[in-house]
Amino acid sequence: MNTSAIPAGETIPGDGSASVQSVAKANFGVSVPLKFRELAIPRADDLLFGTAPRPLVTRHGLRIGGGMVYPELNFTLPTMDVSAATMPLVARHYREIISDALRRAGELEVPGVVIEFETVPPMTATPAFGLEIVNILLEGMEAARQSHGLRSALRMTPNDNREFARPPVMRSGEYWERMVELFEGSAEAGAELLSIESVGGKELHDEALMNCDLGQVIFSQCVLGVRDMAFLWERLCVIARAHGAVGAGDTACGFGNTAMVLAEQKMIPRVFAAVVRAISAVRTLVCYEHGAVGPGKDCGYENPILKAITGRPMAMEGKTAACAHLSPLGNIAAAYADTWSNESVQNIKLLGGMAPTCYLEQLAYDCRLMNRALGEGRESALTLRRWLVDSDAGLDPQAWILTPESVIAIATAIVDAPDHYRAGLAAARCALRRLKEAHAGGRLKIVPRELGFLDSMERQLDELPDAEGDFIEQQMALADPAKYLPEEYGL
Amino acid sequence: MTTLELLSEAVASGKSKDAKALVQRALDEGTAPVEIVDRALVPAMASVGEQFKNNLIFVPEMLIAARAMKEAMSLLEPKLLAAGITPKYTAVIGTVQGDLHDIGKNLVAIMWKGANFRVIDLGTNVSPAKFVAAVVEHKAQLVGLSALLTTTMPAIVETVKAIRGGVGQAVKIMVGGAPVTQQFADEIGADGYAPDAGSAVDRAQALVGAA
Repeated sequence: MNTSAIPAGETIPGDGSASVQSVAKANFGVSVPLKFRELAIPRADDLLFGTAPRPLVTRHGLRIGGGMVYPELNFTLPTMDVSAATMPLVARHYREIISDALRRAGELEVPGVVIEFETVPPMTATPAFGLEIVNILLEGMEAARQSHGLRSALRMTPNDNREFARPPVMRSGEYWERMVELFEGSAEAGAELLSIESVGGKELHDEALMNCDLGQVIFSQCVLGVRDMAFLWERLCVIARAHGAVGAGDTACGFGNTAMVLAEQKMIPRVFAAVVRAISAVRTLVCYEHGAVGPGKDCGYENPILKAITGRPMAMEGKTAACAHLSPLGNIAAAYADTWSNESVQNIKLLGGMAPTCYLEQLAYDCRLMNRALGEGRESALTLRRWLVDSDAGLDPQAWILTPESVIAIATAIVDAPDHYRAGLAAARCALRRLKEAHAGGRLKIVPRELGFLDSMERQLDELPDAEGDFIEQQMALADPAKYLPEEYGL
Repeated sequence: MTTLELLSEAVASGKSKDAKALVQRALDEGTAPVEIVDRALVPAMASVGEQFKNNLIFVPEMLIAARAMKEAMSLLEPKLLAAGITPKYTAVIGTVQGDLHDIGKNLVAIMWKGANFRVIDLGTNVSPAKFVAAVVEHKAQLVGLSALLTTTMPAIVETVKAIRGGVGQAVKIMVGGAPVTQQFADEIGADGYAPDAGSAVDRAQALVGAA
């Protein structure tokens, strides 16, 4: 067994004696009160990159959230098939990526680095494929530690394949079992930070986005997503504890980022994507309620809200993730980063070198700047944060809800709510109010054709019932029964 | 305004109830169902598609119009079928094997329907064999293949090969999705590529000769 990662702030919930099977019959069909009732970071000025009240210390001594920002590198394959026949080539790609990127990290004297391995679907479907790459990466990381003292930690993020069944089967079956097998094997091999981009509720959420239907957005995320994540994260944290790893965090990528990308493509209004982002914090919060300790997953742009609530360190991504997707949050996201990520880049040749190595360098320089500011003291760090925030905030509603003041307001609205449904409702209302006030005050630019959506969203929220039971009944009657299985969510 | 003009306006602005009532009025006035489709419904959706393509409206506004068209068609379809009239062009669409992403694919399907294609949507994670079978069964003139992942782009290649092997050049193949480019489409022998749902309609119509 590996030496445990030690959460410095507090112990991981649970005694580690439970098995994945022993929690299988828990009932999540009834509303569960939120576990976080107050903010870990109540003041906007205390929300800062590289700093979290509950930092995480890794096996090799990275103190994430403990006064320093680390690069977090993520990469993927160029256009190619993944199968038994191509695995030798796949393995060669990952071997080259890790040795080349970490060599450059050593040359740049980065103080530490997190490596994320996010699988593509065939690597979860056939865990042996994924595990082969895990071992390659761990060997490369150990070689870099021995050759030039580079400290690192591996984040393992199996692709959530459960939605390959349509409607998705969330709690049993081939897709679930293979995913659990990959988590187990990875943690046993030495992957230290377990993460996932879970998909519970996504089968209804995509359509809700296309229709700008806030009721179905909240139903997908705060009823279905919340129940799925409670089920999932109980089990992931059991696996983590059994192998001395930690449950790091989840993300509403398939929800909030889908909305963000659709807004970038001008398919849905940016104001709607901003409200979806606020709601998504309630869904992602559930992993921390069930034992995750951070750093939260990089693509969770809702992470600043979760940092305020939980005090856990967060991975963030922004301008250096343009290789994976465009966003209006390039600078502001960095204001809260404890690890700074590039989301994902293909292993292709650029003029400067292979793309993952080039991105490692970009991340390293961004982190140097943030760490320099932190090193000069709080005043300098807050100055840099102000520049990061103010350079984005007034230009896009999605950025505005990530200003420190908006983050604290939305986080407060969430922890003041009695349950996840009403937390989603409160987050949406708070985000809407912040957008309206900022626009009215001339601090936020909203294009004219989006203004009508502010009122229509408010009307939608006004029509939702107060009680979660009534809401579930209302929304189940509206949801397409062919698309999801309520019993898979304990409903 | 004539009844057909009013109907066109009702569909474009997403007024489903009005659209249905106006279809009934047009039928009562003796207008042929096919004329209602060609002179009111298709132009309405073409106008909506154009507005969407030019970033004047968002998807939800387009979907409201599509629902109004569907309501209108619910009165017309039985009559068209009874008269043996079906849409001139049939398209098969799906996300290729190994890939589950379908937002873009769904949008293209909606817009093709608005342009009066009969659309057979095979869903996601569709095998090459299933595409071939659907093309044959529905006598499709057009196939749309979508993928979002770099690791599922090879499935587009395999599907194109399977379709060419099964039905040759008889069907036009369009490809799309975030990692897909015109160059990729050219290299794999696809007939067309569209970077977004808006332009997918124009490209499809051009490929089947409907433009």
